[in-house]
Amino acid sequence: MIGTAIQLALGLLAVSFALAFVRLLRGPDVADRILALDTLYVNAAAMLVLYGLQLGVGRYYEAALLIAMLGFITTVVLSKFLTRGDIIE
Amino acid sequence: MDASQVLEALVSALVVAGAGFSLIGSLGLLRMPDFFTRLHGPSKATTIGIGSLLVASAVYMSVRGPGVSLHEFMIPLFIAITTPVSSHLLAKAARHRRLPGAEGWSEPDQPRNR
Repeated sequence: MIGTAIQLALGLLAVSFALAFVRLLRGPDVADRILALDTLYVNAAAMLVLYGLQLGVGRYYEAALLIAMLGFITTVVLSKFLTRGDIIE
Repeated sequence: MDASQVLEALVSALVVAGAGFSLIGSLGLLRMPDFFTRLHGPSKATTIGIGSLLVASAVYMSVRGPGVSLHEFMIPLFIAITTPVSSHLLAKAARHRRLPGAEGWSEPDQPRNR
């Protein structure tokens, strides 16, 4: 039952990756692309957690946490660059 | 229906609900009309999605593993702290760029020289 649920959830997450990727390609403005990239980062963290759950291994949380941190830093830096034209003032 | 089946059903429901919330967030990102409405989907639904995924994972690992496993909660905690910050910065950037959807708002603050 858990195996089926994890397969279904992986499918749903794959669809969600595809939707965010379409927005990443289409996004009329750079801000939309940054937002889509942030969503992709969070989805990647979720997918890693699901993969670890499927394998029954608890070692993937560190990787998911690292991906979430990198996504946050990327979003902050890119939007700060959009606002100010500079990252470290 | 004994306890392990109940736990299994709980974990399955949480996993599917988490992935469903992520899907709803990305759907909102794709379908909403302008940037400021698009910001809602990922910043709220995705947070709940990954939160419920990790609650499922914590329950599963606590039942299967040697003891109560709580370090999963670092990830939803981190995301719940950082998502409002990044959404705020993105909204500020979008307002600075005067994206459509912000008509009638007051003028953006002038950038301060710091």
